[in-house]
Amino acid sequence: MALARNSDSEEHLHSTFASRYVRAVIPRFKMPDNSMPKDAAYQVISDELMLDGNPRLNLASFVTTWMEPECDKLIMESVNKNYVDMDEYPVTTELQNRCVNMIANLFHAPVGEDEAAIGCGTVGSSEAIMLAGLAFKRKWQQRRRAQGLPTDNPNIVTGANVQVCWEKFARYFEVELKEVKLSEGYYVMDPAKAVEMVDENTICVAAILGSTLTGEFEDVKTLNDLLAEKNAETGWDVAIHVDAASGGFIAPFLYPDLEWDFRLPWVKSINVSGHKYGLVYAGVGWIVWRTKDDLPEDLVFHINYLGADQPTFTLNFSKGSSQIIAQYYQFIRLGFEGYKNIMENCMDNARRLREGIEMTGKFNIVSKDIGVPLVAFSLKDSSKHTVFEIAESLRKFGWIIPAYTMPADAQHIAVLRVVIREDFSRGLADRLITHILQVLKEIEGLPSRIAHIAAAAKVSGGEEKTAKMSLEDIAKYWKRLVENKRNIVC
Amino acid sequence: MVLSHAASDSDVSVHSTFASRYVRTSLPRFRMPENSIPKEAAYQIINDELMLDGNPRLNLASFVTTWMEPECDKLIMASINKNYVDMDEYPVTTELQNRCVNMIAHLFNAPLGETETAVGVGTVGSSEAIMLAGLAFKRKWQNKRKAEGKPFDKPNIVTGANVQVCWEKFARYFEVELKEVKLREGYYVMDPEQAVEMVDENTICVAAILGSTLNGEFEDVKLLNDLLVLKNKETGLDIPIHVDAASGGFIAPFLYPELEWDFRLPQVKSINVSGHKYGLVYAGIGWVVWRNKEDLPDELIFHINYLGADQPTFTLNFSKGSSQVIAQYYQLIRLGHEGYRNVMENCRENMIVLREGLEKTGRFSIVSKDEGIPLVAFSLKDNSSHTEFEISEMLRRYGWIVPAYTMPANAEHITVLRVVIREDFSRTLAERLVMDIEKVMHELDELPSRVIHKISLGEVKSEDNGDNMVVTVKKSDIEKPIEIINVKKSDKPIFC
Repeated sequence: MALARNSDSEEHLHSTFASRYVRAVIPRFKMPDNSMPKDAAYQVISDELMLDGNPRLNLASFVTTWMEPECDKLIMESVNKNYVDMDEYPVTTELQNRCVNMIANLFHAPVGEDEAAIGCGTVGSSEAIMLAGLAFKRKWQQRRRAQGLPTDNPNIVTGANVQVCWEKFARYFEVELKEVKLSEGYYVMDPAKAVEMVDENTICVAAILGSTLTGEFEDVKTLNDLLAEKNAETGWDVAIHVDAASGGFIAPFLYPDLEWDFRLPWVKSINVSGHKYGLVYAGVGWIVWRTKDDLPEDLVFHINYLGADQPTFTLNFSKGSSQIIAQYYQFIRLGFEGYKNIMENCMDNARRLREGIEMTGKFNIVSKDIGVPLVAFSLKDSSKHTVFEIAESLRKFGWIIPAYTMPADAQHIAVLRVVIREDFSRGLADRLITHILQVLKEIEGLPSRIAHIAAAAKVSGGEEKTAKMSLEDIAKYWKRLVENKRNIVC
Repeated sequence: MVLSHAASDSDVSVHSTFASRYVRTSLPRFRMPENSIPKEAAYQIINDELMLDGNPRLNLASFVTTWMEPECDKLIMASINKNYVDMDEYPVTTELQNRCVNMIAHLFNAPLGETETAVGVGTVGSSEAIMLAGLAFKRKWQNKRKAEGKPFDKPNIVTGANVQVCWEKFARYFEVELKEVKLREGYYVMDPEQAVEMVDENTICVAAILGSTLNGEFEDVKLLNDLLVLKNKETGLDIPIHVDAASGGFIAPFLYPELEWDFRLPQVKSINVSGHKYGLVYAGIGWVVWRNKEDLPDELIFHINYLGADQPTFTLNFSKGSSQVIAQYYQLIRLGHEGYRNVMENCRENMIVLREGLEKTGRFSIVSKDEGIPLVAFSLKDNSSHTEFEISEMLRRYGWIVPAYTMPANAEHITVLRVVIREDFSRTLAERLVMDIEKVMHELDELPSRVIHKISLGEVKSEDNGDNMVVTVKKSDIEKPIEIINVKKSDKPIFC
C-alpha cells in the first residue's frame, strides 16, 4: 500500500486519524521495521480491542470483572513491581504472607496463635492445583519407597465434572486420572463411588466445592467419613484435596456450618481462586496446606530473605505484584461483613434470575440453590431448537452466555449457564430475563435447524434413531462446533 | 487499643482518612477483620505501608521492566478485567497473542513458510515457558524410547551450573535429573565441550543460556550445536538444544544480528524469552516458540475450538490477566525493529559509561563482558578488609539496590556486585551511581575492617603470623560473613 509521504517535520501535528498510521496494514506476523508514534500505537490497538466482548457482560466467567477505583489505583502503582524480588519489596512479600494466613484461618487450618500458615499465592487455581497434586504425588512416592513398593503408577480420583486443569495436571505430571462418571440428575462426584475407585496407587481424592458445571458443592464430609473407613480397613493413607476455586470464598460466608475444609481431618490441602469470589481481577490464586508435614520439604526452595528463611514453592517466578496487593485490599476493605454482604447479594440476584427463567415455562433449572451463585438451565423441549441457538441469539444483545453439554455419562444434556458475579445487579438480571423472553419468541418463529440436521443424517445412511439418540447426535454436532467448550468455561 | 467513639457514626464519612479511627487501629495480619472499612482508608493504609518497599526503578538487581509509556499504561488498565483464557469471548486479544508469537518466531528465524503459523505460546514468564519446553522434550524422548523398547525412567538434562533456578525447579518437579557443567574461575558459562561430553542416551536436551544471569554472557550456542551434531552422528542419538534466551532473546537480534544462536542452528528446537525483561513489558509475560509442529508432541496440547478454527493451547496457567499480552503487542508495533535497536543501543552505551566509571576508580575488576546483556558485574580487587556485601548494604542508603552474590560451583570464592542496565536507566543515573559508589568506597576506607578469616572453598583458616593479628571475636561475628556468603550462594532465585 503506498503511503503518502507528508513531510516528517509535520508528522507530530497530525491527529492519529489524519496520519498515515491508520492507512497502513497493521503488522501481524513480523515485527515492523520502523517505530510508530505512541498515540497511533495506542489508538490502533485500542480500536481493535473494541471488538472483544465486554468483560462485564461475559456471564460465562466466574472471574472478577470490576474493582473499586481505589483498588485500581493501587494496582497501577504496583504494576512495575516484580513480585518475586522479595528482598527488594519486603512489604509486598509480607502482604502475601498475611493473605495466606487469613485464608488459612478462614478455612480453619489447625494453626496455633503464633504459628505461620503453610501456603502461597499463585497465578490461579491451575498453578495451585498443580502444586497441591505435586505435593501429594511426592508424599505418596516417599511412603511407597519406604515400604519397598513400586511408584510408577500413581493415580488420582476425581469426578468427571472436574475443570480441565486436573486433566492437565494428570497429563503433565504423569498421574492417571480416574474419573467417577456422572449420571443424569447427579452432576457431581458421588463420594461412595469415588472411595470404591481408590486403590494403593491413589495419591489423593479431589473434591470440588463449587462444580464448574452447576455450581454445586460436593459432599466433602461424606467423602471424608467414607475415606476414613477405607483407610482404617486397608492401612492406606489416602487424603483429600478440596478444589474450592469458586466455593472457597462463598461457603465460609453463606454456609459457615457446612463442614468442607480443614475441620475434616482427611482434608490436607485446599486451593481457592482469588480472582473468582475472592473479588480480584484475573491472575491470583491461593493454595493452603493443613500443616508443614503435608508439604514435602524437598519440593520447597529456600531463599534467604532479610536474614529470615522465605520458603517458596511455585511454578511461576517473576510476575506482577498487583493482584496480591489487590487481594489484601479486599480482605481489609471488606472484612468478613463485606464479603458476606456481597455473597448474599449475589444469591439474591441468582434467585431472582432463576425465578424469572422458571416463569417462562420453557426451562428446567439444573443448578441447585445451595452452592455457587449461578443459574444453569436446559430447555424442557429441545427437539426443535437448542440452547446453543439461544446462546447465539443472546449475543446480539451483548450477553455472553455459554451453552455446553455435560460430560460422561450425561452428554445428552445441554445447558446454558449464567454466573452471578459481584457486579451483576438486579437491574441487569431483570434485563436479561426480558431478553431471554424475546429470544425465545424469535426462535419459535424460525424453522427448526435440528429437523434439518436429522434429515441430513438419515439421508447419509443412518438408521431410524430413537429420540434420545438423535438428541445425542445433535449435541455432538454442536459440540464439534464448540469443541471442548468445557475448557473455556471455568 | 481503645477506640474512642467520639464522633457519631453519621460523621464517619466526613473524616479525612488521617482524622478517622482507621489509622489508629492495628492492621489485620492473620485473620480477616470482622468489619468493612471505607475504601479510602483501605487504599491509604496499604499505600502507606508500601512506601517502605524498594523503589522499583532503583532496583538494579532485576532485568524485569519497570517503566512503560503512559499510553501503554492506559491499555493495561483498560484490559485489566479481561481474563485472557476466555478465547471465545475475547477473540481479538487471543489474536494479539498469536501475532506476538509469530513475530517472535520470525525474529528468531523459525523456518516458517509464508503463510505458515508459528508454534508457540504466551506464558506468565520464562519459568512457565521453560517448564513447557522441558515437558515437550521429556515427552518426545519418552515416546522415542518406548518405540525403541528401551527404559525411559531416568531422563536427564544437561545445563551449566549458571542456570537460573527455574531449571532446578523443572528438574525437581518433573523428575528429570539435572546434570550441571561446573564453572571455573574466569569461565562463568557452560563449556560446550564439557556439556557434550556429559550427554548420554537418557539426555532429553541440552539447555544453553543466551544471557547468563550472573554476568550477562551469551553462551556459544553455535559451537554447542556443531559439537552436538558430531556426537549425534557418532552415537545415533538425536539430542536437541533448548536455548534459554530469557534475557538475550530481545537483545541479540537487535545488537548482534550476525550471531547465530537461534533456529538458524539445526539442533535448536525451542527457545524461550521473557517479554518482561528486554521485551520491555511489566512483569508477567514470557514466550516459548518451537521450531515446528513436530517438536511439540500433540498429546500435550489441549485443543479448543475457537471461531470455528482450532486453537491449540499448552500452558500451565489458565486464567490470567490479558494486560501484559496486549502490552507486548503494543511494544512490538510501537517500537518495531528500529525502536528496539535504539533502546538496546542506549542500554549498551550506558553500560559502557558505568563500566568505565568503575574502572577509573581503580578498585574493581570487571567480571562481565561487553558483548551480552547490558549489565556490569564487578568485584573488588582487594577484598581483604571489606567485601562486596558491605558495598551493597551501604549503597542501599542512597536508595540503590545493587545485589552482591557468590558464583556457583566451582567458583564460590568469587563474589560480585551486579548492576543491570534497563531501558529506563539513563546516562545521568549511571553517572550518579558511579559517584555514589565512590562515596561508599571512601566511607568504607575509613571504617575498621570487619574481620575475616580467609575462606577457601569452605575451609576456615586463621592466620597466625607476626604481621596478621589473630583476632578473637565473638562467634556471632565470625558466623556473619560466612553466613552471608553461604546464604547468598543459595540466593540464586532472586536473580532472574
